[in-house]
Amino acid sequence: MRNVLGVINLVNERPILKELTHHRCLASIPFGGRYRMIDFTMSNFMNVPLSKVAIFTKDKYRSLMDHLGSGKEWDLDHRSQGLFILPSIHPDEKIKGDLQQFYDHLEFFQRATADTVIIAPGHHICKIDFNDVIKEHESNGTDITVLYKEYDGVPVKRPLYHQCSLGANGEIRDIHFYTAPKIGDHICLETYVIKKQLLIDLIKNCIEYDEYDFLKDIVKANLMNLKVQGYQFTGYMPFIHSLETYHASNMDFLNPEILRNFFYDSWEVFTKIKHEAPAEFANSSRVSNSLIANGCIIEGTVENSVIFRGVKVRKGAVVKNSIIMQKGDIDQGAHIENVITDKQVIITKDQIISGRNKPIVIKKEEVV
Amino acid sequence: MTSKKWVAMLLAGGQGSRLGELTSDLAKPAVPFGGKYRIIDFTLSNCTHSGIDTVGILTQYRPHLLNSYIGNGRPWDLDRNNGGVSMLPPYQGKNGGEWYKGTANAVYQNFHFIDHNDPEYVLVISGDHIYKMDYNKMLEDHIDKAAHATIAVIEVPWEETSRFGIMNTNEADRIIEFDEKPKHPKSNLASMGVYIFNWKHLKKYLTEDEQDSSSTNDFGKDIIPKMLKDEAKLQAFRFKGYWKDVGTIESLWEAHMDLLEESSDFKLGDPNWQIYAGNANHPPQYISEDADVTQSLVNEGCLVFGKVDHSVLSYNVQVGSGSLVKNSVIMPNVKIGKNVIIEKAIIGSGTIIEDGVVISDTKQGLTLIGENQRVTSESTLLQAL
Repeated sequence: MRNVLGVINLVNERPILKELTHHRCLASIPFGGRYRMIDFTMSNFMNVPLSKVAIFTKDKYRSLMDHLGSGKEWDLDHRSQGLFILPSIHPDEKIKGDLQQFYDHLEFFQRATADTVIIAPGHHICKIDFNDVIKEHESNGTDITVLYKEYDGVPVKRPLYHQCSLGANGEIRDIHFYTAPKIGDHICLETYVIKKQLLIDLIKNCIEYDEYDFLKDIVKANLMNLKVQGYQFTGYMPFIHSLETYHASNMDFLNPEILRNFFYDSWEVFTKIKHEAPAEFANSSRVSNSLIANGCIIEGTVENSVIFRGVKVRKGAVVKNSIIMQKGDIDQGAHIENVITDKQVIITKDQIISGRNKPIVIKKEEVV
Repeated sequence: MTSKKWVAMLLAGGQGSRLGELTSDLAKPAVPFGGKYRIIDFTLSNCTHSGIDTVGILTQYRPHLLNSYIGNGRPWDLDRNNGGVSMLPPYQGKNGGEWYKGTANAVYQNFHFIDHNDPEYVLVISGDHIYKMDYNKMLEDHIDKAAHATIAVIEVPWEETSRFGIMNTNEADRIIEFDEKPKHPKSNLASMGVYIFNWKHLKKYLTEDEQDSSSTNDFGKDIIPKMLKDEAKLQAFRFKGYWKDVGTIESLWEAHMDLLEESSDFKLGDPNWQIYAGNANHPPQYISEDADVTQSLVNEGCLVFGKVDHSVLSYNVQVGSGSLVKNSVIMPNVKIGKNVIIEKAIIGSGTIIEDGVVISDTKQGLTLIGENQRVTSESTLLQAL
């Protein structure tokens, strides 16, 4: 096993998908019928596999901790391995930046015997083979590898993504912060590989000079002194920054080709085990082009939708182009279209809800 | 080490030869059931829900898959510091060793294991029945009646009594007679193969039984009759609910069809009595635009492009477009091609059914295809039972 540390950095989570983050962080948002967004990065790490994974949390991480538990689903509950949740130690102050939090928990890095660290955010839906990234990092004698992807998402005007400028040999020449992306732009995935000792030295150095941002003060500030290489990720990864893109990327998995490539032709994506029974389809059920998780009882009609674990769609109910999260209950005769219901939502009898241009979100535990 | 109130001894060594090709590579308790489970999960989950924290699993026939499946017992909350799950295959001792000769001998050979846990009571159960039972209620009854042994019984239809071990009881449910597969039954209370014994009392009988060279060393055939002869206090504990012995292909198929009955009181999805299983991580199932799934149980990991009616699809099953699966049980990892027809069949794990194959017995009988087969349209593999 490679001796590599994983860091999932939630400190820089943007205020997007606000409708789904009232009570949870971005990484903890349910996705794809039975997962949380963080499961994809956790499973990518597991594929290396990593010896230890630390999650630097910002706020609203109760649901995340509940989900991750001791990390046993990702094989992290071992003597030589482990999952560490590392929140801010300054609860009352505004956090100055991710480096502050890395510094506050510097012991985590110092104690570990690993010599390499992977840093990634917690909400990317992708299959990155970090073995390839590390191999390239090592064979090129790179100091910092920065992953990027060509923007292939929908046009967006908000300045949401950091952009990399690349040199002729794939080196990073510049970083542009908060740009509104155009198709083909090299979007920084905020995913990095760096030697552990170099990281520790750079963190200490930055803190000494009141510098607190990894991308700005460690990556960008050292483009001249260190070998900082880009690594292009070309696989499937949706750019999620709005309800529409969240909805659309869930629907991507209704494409059997994406589904097969993602879930069947490479390593498994692990999530919390719930011991739900197989989904039950009644005689009256009409399901087409949908993902259905275990524990569901489907008596009604489900079309072009993603249905999470333990959902009931009762007789005569119709669910179209929607995402129904865990334990939702769509009662008889209800008709919902283009809706995202958060966990444990009840849509009562004969209710009609339809989102026109934009998916409507029904908040957690709401009864409509 | 603190002594335990009770330990469970789970008999899982049987070959299950009546399950034919399904058990050529694995023991009966390891046969997949209900789309995501193995048969043994039901008994193990009963132990979990009954608060039993020490379970010995007696294995003999093809134990490897079972060993790795049970692992440290984590899915059933049996990964304990004190107790937990122990796999108990036959072993060599100072004076040699031997195979388990019968169910009673299997427990006898492990009396050190039981003594080590020092229990008051021993629950003997088997890993090949489908039912949900709180063994606590049975233990309470056993203690209330101050019995030497208690045997769980279930009322079966009178016409089926000849298939079971029948307990004849008095009005206080004390067992007075035991009829193995009677031609002229006096009662319709069938033994479920679930026993509670006082360990000290049982140990004496097991030891004596070992000395008796004419004994077959079986609980039903030897130990219980001997106890009755000695007028030990044997109580029947009436169980109400679903219970099914899935020892034959037909009963295995029937038990699956029972799960599909809308009126059935035996539901896998009861939130208060979940059935725990290992290896439970699969992507959500995909039901395509042209698929049609009715009155079926479909597990995660399935990709369905065809029509599925009144069937159970286990994890990672694929059904190609234009295909029909009806009244069938499809075991894990089966790949069904396009334009296939499967009616009233059990398809073993990992089998590939190629495009255009028709599996349907003209006499409406049940068809069994074994594990890891490849069925082509020219294939002569099909053998109606």
